[in-house]
Amino acid sequence: MIKENNQSTETGNVPDLERKAAMALLAQATAPEIAAFWAGWGDKPDVETLRGPETGLVMLRGRIGGGGAPFNLGEATVTRATVRLGNGAVGHAYALGRHREKVRLAAVFDALWQQPDCRDAVEKAVLAPIAERLEQQRALKHAQTAATKVDFFTMVRGDD
Amino acid sequence: MYVAVKGGEAAIRNAHKLLADRRRGDRDVPAIELNQIVEQMSLAVDRVMAEGSLYDPELAALAIKQARGDLIEAIFLVRAYRTTLQRFGYSTALETSKMQIERRISAAFKDLPGGQLLGPTFDYTHRLLDPELAEDGPVDAPEQRDEPEAFTPRVTDILGHDGMIEEDGEMPEGSVAGDLTREPLTFPLERDLRLQALARGDEGFLLGLAYSTQRGYARSHPFAGEIRIGEVDIELEVAELDFPLTLGTIRVTECQMVNQFKGSAKQPPQFTRGYGLVFGQSERKAMSMALCDRALRARELGEDITATAQDEEFVISHSDNVQSTGFVEHLKLPHYVDFQAELDLIRRMRAEHERKHQTGEEAKEAAE
Repeated sequence: MIKENNQSTETGNVPDLERKAAMALLAQATAPEIAAFWAGWGDKPDVETLRGPETGLVMLRGRIGGGGAPFNLGEATVTRATVRLGNGAVGHAYALGRHREKVRLAAVFDALWQQPDCRDAVEKAVLAPIAERLEQQRALKHAQTAATKVDFFTMVRGDD
Repeated sequence: MYVAVKGGEAAIRNAHKLLADRRRGDRDVPAIELNQIVEQMSLAVDRVMAEGSLYDPELAALAIKQARGDLIEAIFLVRAYRTTLQRFGYSTALETSKMQIERRISAAFKDLPGGQLLGPTFDYTHRLLDPELAEDGPVDAPEQRDEPEAFTPRVTDILGHDGMIEEDGEMPEGSVAGDLTREPLTFPLERDLRLQALARGDEGFLLGLAYSTQRGYARSHPFAGEIRIGEVDIELEVAELDFPLTLGTIRVTECQMVNQFKGSAKQPPQFTRGYGLVFGQSERKAMSMALCDRALRARELGEDITATAQDEEFVISHSDNVQSTGFVEHLKLPHYVDFQAELDLIRRMRAEHERKHQTGEEAKEAAE
């Protein structure tokens, strides 16, 4: 396993949380979306694939009663990849599904995001559009579901 | 006499070729595409994912296409496929309280935070066939309502505070969730393993058992405390990173069944619960699972075991449709030698019977 040299191993530190958010967006990119971002990326680094992209299974867990002890609900296909850029930066990606090229590119963008001189560009050109699409989809679904909310009316009693 | 035979290779080959032809059907009709199955047969896809116990809509659609729409065959294909893949790990437990909700109702509490959200439901339709669907007519965009987003707590969490309803189920300290894909089942089971088995169990089988509990076999007066459908994040802890990774979202259906309340020497009377959680949108399955979960808790709750739905070994041993279909359908395979042996046995028994009968007749005649 390739372990990062993080400044801090405490969970919840700011760089970790930022990278977690970035990787979450990359995992939710669509395959055509991320291919287009890569095609439009100017100064393409050399990319060496260290692992994968390979597809396997993750056993998904639920909780008894919704919030109790964990139980195994069923599996999902997951694809992962690890890449190293020409300058030695290592990137990882894991995403639901079997889109290998998407996950390989997600690992490349993860590696680029970790470069201080590339981070802004990754955030603007890649992460922001993914985040915007996800937010639009979420808001649309919310509004459509909200339209099916039941408004109860008190019936006028007929006994007076 | 036992004679070893073999044969049928050509017949099998040709049968499979014929199957491929019949699966495709009339070539003048366009072939169905996987994205059409995913988009327009989405509840069939959900069932295959749930009972195949593998979340991957495109794979489930492929299985449905290959199985000519036979969902149990499709589930079988998905189960076989999963055995070819390595396991990366176990996700952190998904948080249904943080679900992006697409439907959420309670049949027990009218006014609850977040409200009753009907979502895309068949409920309240008239179940009249719509001839217009025979054509590919335009479909109106759904209505939208501008409403601030709010945290939608689970009904059981709202009610739980004053002890009127039992808490979410806990397992003994230090126990690890059992995994029936790794260890063979040994009875009696704990609730975690039962829930895993029920989550992948056959919808029809569980529906029938759930119905039996309503009809009086292990009656527990259920209310649909809450049903919610929506998307939840999946997170995985991996060795190479110090934080759990978000892998994407999946759609699940959760059912909180709220049931009767006898109490015990240790517990004052309170509502008990059954829990259902299923991949995709499948209320019928989630409700059936919750009713079966509650019935199967008889031992834990000190109830008399009088009905089939409470019999853990019976329910869990027969709920898996891949196992069931395997054993039922294997009867189609050649049993020529078995049958020959039984035929011989019957001939001998009949000869014996005949001989006894004749000796009896002769004895009778002699006596007369």
